Amino acid sequence: MSFLLGEHMTGGYGAADILHDCSIGVEKGEIAVIVGPNGAGKSTAMKAVFGMLPLRKGRIVFDGSDVTALKPEERVVKGMGFVPQTHNVFTSMTVEENLEMGAFIRTDSISDSISQVYDLFPILKEKRKQPAGELSGGQRQQVAVGRALMTHPKVLMLDEPTAGVSPIVMDELFDRIIEIARLDVAILMVEQNAKQALEIADKGYVLVQGRNRFTDTGEALLANPEVRKAFLGG
Amino acid sequence: MVDVFNALTVLGNFLIIPGLTYGSQLALGALGVTLVYGVLRFSNFAHGETMAFGAMITILVTWGLQAASISIQPLPTALLAIPVGIVVTVVLTLLIDRFVYRYHRDRKANPVIFLIVSIGVMFFMGGLIRFIIGPGDQIFFDGTRFILKAREFKQMTGLDEGLSLRMTQAVTIITAIIIVAAMFWFLNHTRTGKSMRAYSDNENLALLSGINPDRVVMITWILVAALATIAGTLYGLDKSFKPFVYMQLLLPIFASAIVGGVGNPLGAIAGGYVIAFSELILTFAYKKIILYLGPETLELDSLVQILGTDYKIAVSFIILVIVLIIKPTGLFSGKTI
Amino acid sequence: MHAFYSQYRNQILFGLMAGLLILVAVIQSPSVALTILNLCLISAIMSLGVNIQWGYAGLFNVGVMGFAALGGLAGVLVSMPPVSEAWQAGGFGILLGLLITAGTVVACLMAWSSIKHLTRYRYWIIAGIIVLGYTLLRLFFDPGVDAIEAIDPSVTGYLGGLGLPILVAWPVGALFAAGVAFVIGKIALGLRSDYLAIATLGISEIIIFFIKNEEWLTRGVKNVNGLPRPVPYEIDLQQAQWFQEWALALGLPVDDASAIFVKICYALLFIAVIGVLLWLSETALKSPWGRMMRAIRDNETAAAAMGKDVTWQHLRVFILGSAVIGLAGAMLTTLDGQFTPVGYNPLRFTFLIWVMVIIGGSGNNWGAVLGGFFIWFFWIEAEPIGLWLIETLTAGMDPQSAVRAHLLEGAAHMRLMTVGLILLLTLRYAPEGLIPEKKRL
Ligand SMILES: Nc1ncnc2c1ncn2[C@@H]1O[C@H](COP(=O)(O)OP(=O)(O)OP(=O)(O)O)[C@@H](O)[C@H]1O
Ligand SMILES: [Mg+2]
Repeated sequence: MSFLLGEHMTGGYGAADILHDCSIGVEKGEIAVIVGPNGAGKSTAMKAVFGMLPLRKGRIVFDGSDVTALKPEERVVKGMGFVPQTHNVFTSMTVEENLEMGAFIRTDSISDSISQVYDLFPILKEKRKQPAGELSGGQRQQVAVGRALMTHPKVLMLDEPTAGVSPIVMDELFDRIIEIARLDVAILMVEQNAKQALEIADKGYVLVQGRNRFTDTGEALLANPEVRKAFLGG
Repeated sequence: MVDVFNALTVLGNFLIIPGLTYGSQLALGALGVTLVYGVLRFSNFAHGETMAFGAMITILVTWGLQAASISIQPLPTALLAIPVGIVVTVVLTLLIDRFVYRYHRDRKANPVIFLIVSIGVMFFMGGLIRFIIGPGDQIFFDGTRFILKAREFKQMTGLDEGLSLRMTQAVTIITAIIIVAAMFWFLNHTRTGKSMRAYSDNENLALLSGINPDRVVMITWILVAALATIAGTLYGLDKSFKPFVYMQLLLPIFASAIVGGVGNPLGAIAGGYVIAFSELILTFAYKKIILYLGPETLELDSLVQILGTDYKIAVSFIILVIVLIIKPTGLFSGKTI
Repeated sequence: MHAFYSQYRNQILFGLMAGLLILVAVIQSPSVALTILNLCLISAIMSLGVNIQWGYAGLFNVGVMGFAALGGLAGVLVSMPPVSEAWQAGGFGILLGLLITAGTVVACLMAWSSIKHLTRYRYWIIAGIIVLGYTLLRLFFDPGVDAIEAIDPSVTGYLGGLGLPILVAWPVGALFAAGVAFVIGKIALGLRSDYLAIATLGISEIIIFFIKNEEWLTRGVKNVNGLPRPVPYEIDLQQAQWFQEWALALGLPVDDASAIFVKICYALLFIAVIGVLLWLSETALKSPWGRMMRAIRDNETAAAAMGKDVTWQHLRVFILGSAVIGLAGAMLTTLDGQFTPVGYNPLRFTFLIWVMVIIGGSGNNWGAVLGGFFIWFFWIEAEPIGLWLIETLTAGMDPQSAVRAHLLEGAAHMRLMTVGLILLLTLRYAPEGLIPEKKRL
């Protein structure tokens, strides 16, 4: 059984189901990537795993225990971290305050973690007194990831961390994500830049209309001609 | 030269001191409205009644203290009673949240529904207050009335005009400064305060950061109840306590909060003073000032008022409406709490 | 049982209401019951007006008081005899003042649209025009006002009205309210719902301030008494041969009979109005227009995407609803026979009407009417009921006890608390109200 596993997830926002028997998992120290067309339900699947979507069927298992019934804030305490696709920083608060809020559940000293994040994203140190809302898109994504790292999560879920950033910053971010994975963190990530993401992925999921279409290692998916044609632009 | 000082004294006595006092009262009220709006995201029509309730409890305790001949001369005894007023108001507010607002919050009700719910709370509290203390005027001020009397000022300075400072005015202004400073320190420098700002900024992300929404809501109501009690008591000390007046105060308070940009505490405070001074400046009789500053021979038979004194409160409504129409996000928009 | 209730709910609820009124007639007196009935009818009309705005279109108007007062003002301006001395003394200044005001408004509007490119200075230019206009206004207007208010201030001191039958004031009141609603709607309807609420509340307060302070027009706090009536006077009835015989035949004292007769006349008039309004509102609700309004209310964006002119429809509904409130305001002044500006307070004239709509059932005209009846009845009867309740509960106490005296004194305020509680309970347990909106396609 995977370290984090969403099994047979079925559910949606209202009467209609968006996810249909969808399963997603990731191991410690691994990077799992979810790709798929717009509206496929990738973000919805992430929310479902994090307990932000009522599920009609299926369950979520994390670190050997069933967390299906837990509220999102309780999952944070258990060691899960989530960076949503949009609205993922506190715009009116400074960079440093964003990081502090990320560590809200911790009662110990957080200065080490803050400097770790600054080591990972040096630009944030420079901007630490600036409101996050005034940062560029790439810097904001760094704040967002940094905020989620503050709890030292055992699993980090990222919904399109590279949305709206330049290719250079994207490579940077991917490097950082690999670094984080090396610290034995499980990383579950949704990516629009499917090719690059699958290159660094240990495992890949292709979702279409809320269903698992392909599941394989990143390499194998990149090699699969059907996947290449339909989802990776040839 | 003496004329200039005389003119300044008139301004100080009839415009600046009253403006600062009334502005402080409005600012404290508006701060409460803005906190509810920022965290709970609705316009709380029951805020005036909350102020009245807090003031009422304070008055009841003040009477008790007076009966027991406990006082803090020269300060008004009510100051001693405020903590009890706060505690009782906090309890009532939390009970109301528990049994009224929480249900709708869990259902993620529309802000308009919350607004209507707050109208229900307004009726309920209004009735409760009148049931307990009656609809009439209550005077509970004691202590020294004046810190500086006009006559003393004239003797001191030799000017024709007097400047007086009442105890209630000084107490109001000083308390407001202390409370506002404490409030901002709390919001910007404590973990709990920051979590409130975070929740107000982005509720979802606050959840994802492990911030407990129930706690944030609870803290907010506690602060709101405390602010309301203090504002209500200060207003009652300065003018007099009458339940109906607090309902009328609701609109100038909303006006202050909106002028400052709802959800923005700094704006609420600025808004309070903007409203207070606008009311006074527009209805001030400039006759004396002009007589002092104008040529010796000048004669005036009008009071030189922009608006009649009757329209004083209407000024705040007019500003409110104009701001809503021209710039609904307020003059100091941008930041939430 | 439940199925029976759902099928005959309206009949049962209205039957219950009638029963309550009859009970009052028996326990207190028929005259009291009729007084309550008349005000129930007027409340029902106000609540119909609010329901048109809220139930049909989701517009949150908390300015009910202002529109009702405008209707009341129409009662004065239409029916009171003109005061010719006042017109001679200050009529010119007033007319000139009105002209200046109109001129300033026109100048502002023209300036606003013609200097669009000067964004930075636009506000200053407008402010300049307003200051200039206002100074001119005060220059000509103030002497006129002073002259008018000086004329026999204890009796008149105002311009008076047109001296027409007061029934004319009803449509005029609706028109007044509609006119003001047009202006308010134009400027405020784009606001978010809670801002619209606060804006309308503010505007209604401004209207009341105006009415209270512009004595040359309204006599302000001095009130206007003795408005003419659309129905006979008790005195005349008591002296009429036919009425005396009629009262004798019924076995009633002539005094009582005349009071009851007058109230019944009013009731009939009001019932006629409410009948017409209900018929119109129901027809409108069922028409394609009603369907479109609901579509807009339920999903504004989708409706706008389908090419509906949401702003214009909102404005129309806002004007219509306000006109109905204005009509009710004029009717209320007619019933009272006097215009008392200080009597307008938001609790009674705005928030209470809202409670009526919510409890009756927003979106349902019959619900609004029932809510008007029910809440008004309760508002009036809560005091005697509360008093009775407390007297019964404290019967065992020492009659001299201070607690008992306090409780008895406080009984009058129980109604505020209870209305609040009813509203809160409704919102929680029956958010659709007593008569929920019919689900239509
Ligand atoms: N909050 C919501 N309420 C209702 N429906 C929603 C909500 N969010 C998303 N949906 C619907 O769910 C479906 C899947 O959306 P989702 O955001 O999960 O897609 P996605 O794969 O993340 O797309 P993208 O690549 O654009 O981010 C879409 O049809 C969308 O319209
Ligand atoms: Mg997505």
